[in-house]
Formats: sequence, C-alpha cells, structure tokens
Amino acid sequence: MRAKVCCGTACTATGAYKVIDTFKTEAGKRDVSLEIVKTGCQGLCQKGPVLKIEPADIFYQRTKPENVSWIVGYTILGGAPYRQGLYRDNFLSEPVPLMTEIPFYKKQLRIALRNNGRIDPCNINHYLAVGGYKALEKALLSMTPDDVLNEVDKANLRGRGGAGFPAGRKWKHSKGAPGKIKFVIANGDEGDPGAFMDRSIMEGDPHSLLEGMALCAYAIGAQYGFIYVRHEYPLAVKNLNLAIKQAEELGLLGENILGTDFKFTVDIREGAGAFVCGESTALVASIEGERGFPRVRPPRLSEPGGGPWGFPSNLNNIETYACVPVIVEKGSGYFLSIGTKNSPGTKVFALTGKVKNTGLVEVPMGITLREIIYEIGGGILGNKKFKAVQTGGPSGGCIPEKYLDLSVDFDSLISVGSMMGSGGMVVMDEETCMVDVAKFFLSFTQSESCGKCPPCRIGTSQMLDILKKITSGQGQEGDIERLEDLGKKIVAGALCGLGSSAPNPVLTTIKYFREEYEEHIKDKYCRANVCSGLGVYTIEHSECFLCGLCKQACVFGAVKELRNKFFIDQDYCTKCKACYTACPIDAVKVEKQKHYSVQR
Amino acid sequence: MDIKPDEIIGHIGEVLTEKQKKRGILIHAFQKIQHEYNFLPGDALKALSKKLDIPMSDVYSTATFYKQFYFTPRGKKIVRVCTGTACHVRGASKVLNKIKDEFNLEEGETTPDLSMTLETVGCIGCCGLAPVATVNEDIVGEIDMKKIEEIIEAVRQ
Repeated sequence: MRAKVCCGTACTATGAYKVIDTFKTEAGKRDVSLEIVKTGCQGLCQKGPVLKIEPADIFYQRTKPENVSWIVGYTILGGAPYRQGLYRDNFLSEPVPLMTEIPFYKKQLRIALRNNGRIDPCNINHYLAVGGYKALEKALLSMTPDDVLNEVDKANLRGRGGAGFPAGRKWKHSKGAPGKIKFVIANGDEGDPGAFMDRSIMEGDPHSLLEGMALCAYAIGAQYGFIYVRHEYPLAVKNLNLAIKQAEELGLLGENILGTDFKFTVDIREGAGAFVCGESTALVASIEGERGFPRVRPPRLSEPGGGPWGFPSNLNNIETYACVPVIVEKGSGYFLSIGTKNSPGTKVFALTGKVKNTGLVEVPMGITLREIIYEIGGGILGNKKFKAVQTGGPSGGCIPEKYLDLSVDFDSLISVGSMMGSGGMVVMDEETCMVDVAKFFLSFTQSESCGKCPPCRIGTSQMLDILKKITSGQGQEGDIERLEDLGKKIVAGALCGLGSSAPNPVLTTIKYFREEYEEHIKDKYCRANVCSGLGVYTIEHSECFLCGLCKQACVFGAVKELRNKFFIDQDYCTKCKACYTACPIDAVKVEKQKHYSVQR
Repeated sequence: MDIKPDEIIGHIGEVLTEKQKKRGILIHAFQKIQHEYNFLPGDALKALSKKLDIPMSDVYSTATFYKQFYFTPRGKKIVRVCTGTACHVRGASKVLNKIKDEFNLEEGETTPDLSMTLETVGCIGCCGLAPVATVNEDIVGEIDMKKIEEIIEAVRQ
C-alpha cells in the first residue's frame, strides 16, 4: 500500500506534513506496512492537502489529520473509499473516488507534468522507475546529435516561456554558432504574478528538467548548463541540487555520461529578486554577476558574444526542456498528434482567480477557454458572472466573454491582443474592476522596470499616473487616448521584452472594456465597486434594518441618523467606502452620478 | 567570512578567467553575507570588495539593483504579503492594509524593536490559496479576517 501525499507549496501550507505524521503514527499503531511518497504538486491546489492511495487509486482532498485514521481503516485495510474525504462538486453531488474521474483531471493531458504527483522528487530511483533517463539513453546510444535536433525540430516544440519561438530553430542557431564551448541555460526565473508551473516542475520533477537539458546539450554540442532559479523558490533550489548530485553519482551527468564521450555538467544560479532577469539578455548579465540590465540584440544568445561571458548559449524555459524527453523517447509523431497544427503538444496553465477549482492544469492546445474555466475550473466562484480572463501575466492581456470559445494556442491568443506568456490564467468576475486590474499590472511592470531605456522607465510611470488619476476619480477627457498613444510608443520603443509588452494589459482592457474607463472618467463611477472615491453613496431605506454600523464606520460624520432612518450627507461624504464595507446586508448602494439637464 | 570563488562558481570555472570567476560569484557572495547577518553590512561589503578586487562603487551598484538585498537590519519575523494577480483579485490589499494599520508600518519598513519587517512580494507561486502571506518560511493561505488576527498574534509573540 502506498500513500502519495502532495507536498507542493499549497498543500504544505494547508498542512500536508501534519497529515503525513498522522499517517505514520496511525500505520504504526495498526501495524500496516504503508509507504508514504512525498510528491510534487498534484494540481488541485484549492482542495489541499490532496493525496492518493495506491493501488486502489482513491483520491482524497482537504485531508485533515483527524480523517487519517478513517482513511487507514476504510481504504488501506478495507480497500473501500472513505466517503467523507472524497472529492465532490458540491454538497449535493455524489462523491468521486477515482482521480481520473474528477472533472478537474478528466480533460487534462499531462506531458510536462507527467511525473508530478507520481514520484518522490528527492529519489532518483522513482524517476528511473517511471522510465526516466530512457530518452537520454536512447539518444546517446542510438541517435546522432543531429537526429535529436531533427526530432525536436520536427515536433515543432514551441517555447513554453510565452513567445512560442520554435525550440528546434533556436537549437539549430546555437549549434551552428562557432566556438567549442557552449552553454545550455534553463530559465527558471518565473516572476509572472499568477504563474507557478515552472516552480512545480523544478520542485516536483527536477530530473525531467535535467534530462531535457542534457538532451539539448547533446544535440547542440554544449558542455555546461545553468539553471537560473528565482530566489523566492528555496524548495526548488534544494530539490534541484539534490537531483544534480544523484544524477552525477549514477553517471547521468558529469564526464563520460552513460559510458560515452559526452560531457555535461549543470550548475544552479539563484536569482536575487529582479523580474527583468527573466528576460534572456538580462539573465545573462545576472549570471555574470552584473546588474540585470537587458542588452541590445544582436548578438543573440545563440551567437558568439551573446551568452554568458560571450559563449554561445541556448536558453529555454523549464517547461520546454521538460517536454523534450517525451519527444525523443516517443518520437515527434506522438507530439504532433496532440494539440493544433501550429501549436502541437500541451500547455500548463496556472488557473487562478475567481474560479472554483484553482491549481495547475495541463491541457492539449486547442482546448477552448470555456472548457478550461467551466469544466476543469468548475465555473465562477459564488456563481457570479464571468467578466474576463487574463492570460500571459503582465505581458498579456484580458480576454472578454465573447472570446470564451477561442481555441487556446499561441497564435489565436495573440490574435485577440493577449498572449500565452508563461501560462498564468487569472479569471475575473463582475466584482473585478478592469481599470484597477490594468493599474495593478502596470504598477508591477513600472516598479520592475530596470530603468535602462527611457520608453519603459518614463513611459510606464506616465501611464501609471494617468491610471491612478482615473481610478481615484480625477480622470479627464482625453485620458484614454493619451494612454493608447503612450502605450503604442512604449511598445515600439522599448529595448527588451518587458518594456515592449508592459502596455498590453492597459491596451487590451481599453480595447474590450472601454466603457468602464469612460464610466470612471465621465460618470465618476466604478461598476465593480473596487475603486474608492467614485460613485454616489446612498442608503436604501427599504433594506436597512437600522443597525447603525455605517454610522460607526464613517469617520467624517457623513452618515446622519434621523428618528427611524439613516442617510448619507453628500456634502460630507468622501466616498471612502467605509460604510459600504461595514454594512452587513448591502443596504448601502453605490450609484452612478446622475446628470440632470434643463431643457430650454 | 569565507568565500572561495572556485568552489562557488562550479564546473564552469574551468573555462573562465580569474577575473570573470570573481565577478561571477558576486551575487552569490551577497546572498551568503545576507544569510549570515540578515542584511548587508558596509564592513562586510568592503571586505568583499577587497577580496574580489571589485571597486566598492561597483559592489554597491550591483547590490542595490536586486530586491533581495537590504542595507539596514531587519526584523526577526519577516511578513511578506503576496500581491500577485490572483491574490490581488481576491483581496490582498485588504490584508496588507490591515497589517499596516496594526503595526503602524509601511511596506519595506521594520518595527523599531526589530521584531517584524513588512514586505510585499510579486508572487510566491501559491496562487491556488490566494490571498497568501508568509511569516518567515511558513505560508498562510486563504487569508480571511480570522487568519489575519492569527498572523498578528503570531508576530506579536
């Protein structure tokens, strides 16, 4: 009997280790032989801690230590599911015992995350047992470097970091570069707010990253590898270090790998908290120990003078490398049979925001947004109305409801003004203010701008100023046009990817939600009631039950009390929203400013 | 403080010059110093600049670029409120404001008795449990008003 307990960050936060401890004591008490496997993220973060009992393959969610003795009794000793711990859609629906039957997992297809949740990331034998390093063996013993490269090229593996540049073409570039010394760099600087797929691969399945990098090194003739990891991910660094050590001990990394002449070593570089270091040239500067400024291209990384210390290098995203072993082992035909014509394979999304089931989702390309949000994600939290889905993090854009049936792949996302990005997918409902969201992303990129080039440094700060004005009720006519104009100029003029994509969230929200901007500016009203300082506050007397909390909350004395009703004195009201948040029954209403005009 | 460029730089050292190696370990050296002192003291940086033969101005310019490094002492408990997209959408600003009010701090500040430092972070990668905050290494997820009180209580102790 085996219990596979998710020890990803989210499940750890909800108490996975306490559950493991209880399992141990409980198994000891009842004298059951139980193997506990601490796996990486299993995906359904919202319902953590999650675990799977094998071989019965029963899936438990929200496991509390006090449920453990029941699970041991029912499932491990009796082989039957323990009903109360199973997944169910809601209170009334039937519980689902099998992991593969749960809606969240049903539509998923796992390639990059194939081992996440199946193996113990700290034990190389687990990885070997699920067929790990087979691809490397196949490549080294029966394929030439060109064969490997052609296979990846034929599979049309597009960079999972966001832009979707074909990995095969990139590899060919690096291979063709003159010079004997070459590097393979894995970009694990996942700074996008709302994305954590690279993290879960590095934490939950570090060997597939190493194997993918080794295959790349073999194909392009590189000897040295770097993994650049964000410093916010200490567990990833720990697991990767351990994985490198284990692989070196078994002769899968280092000199004479698997008895051949192939030599490849991997080092880890920890980032130091700069979002811009996810940009390839800035990452190179950071590896060299400089400030993380982007550099002018060309030379590209794959050309002499472009990579760290001038050595030609190949840089890909973590998820891209994790897909490579599958392509080499099963052939490009397998990979091409999944996804769409121009974007084969799968993509991992971090589905978050206002959906019922949040977590990591790996789906074949070409799936629609509706399927992801409503079938896998289970729909909008609290059955509210869907408003938009934001993809691509600070470089992406917001996609409105009318594109819900859009196929999710690199090209169609770009066609609606957003992008794949690293795969963050944040769902927003009617209570999210789109102007506020644009402001949020822009203040992120503005504060993360390295400051080297003026369009990004000055431009984003100008745009942010305008957005701040609009959300605080000081917006003026012409602000929207100014934002559009500035945005286009920044896109055209910025030096690196951070700057040239920074205005995207603003531009797409203006494109699809222009009426919300106009409401903020002309009517001084925020329909989502997010921005304070906007709207007219009134108390609906038919709903009010005279609790007086609004009066207590108002520090400006604007809420006045008559003998049997409260009302808000508009002269004193600063629109601080205190009464609105204090009211327990939503009797305080925020309305549009009414414009009266007298007809002559 | 004991910093050996050859060990830290790893395998790649084989093809680098002495100068490149020294420069290449700079960020790692900062991390090591900060791990020891909890911030980057001026004296330690001076020693580092001498040891690695990098001008002091260059050392400072690199250290100040990165957000991870601090030049003043920090609190015993470091509270980081995640302000990533998912957390923002689910109300991270409320959490942040409540803690700010409670301790009378702004982001990046430390209480005078060095008991607590308040920070914000772009994303901790725990979006499924938004809104999220960390107290030192512990992650607290799905924060509601009750959990804020617990965090405040934990910090006060």
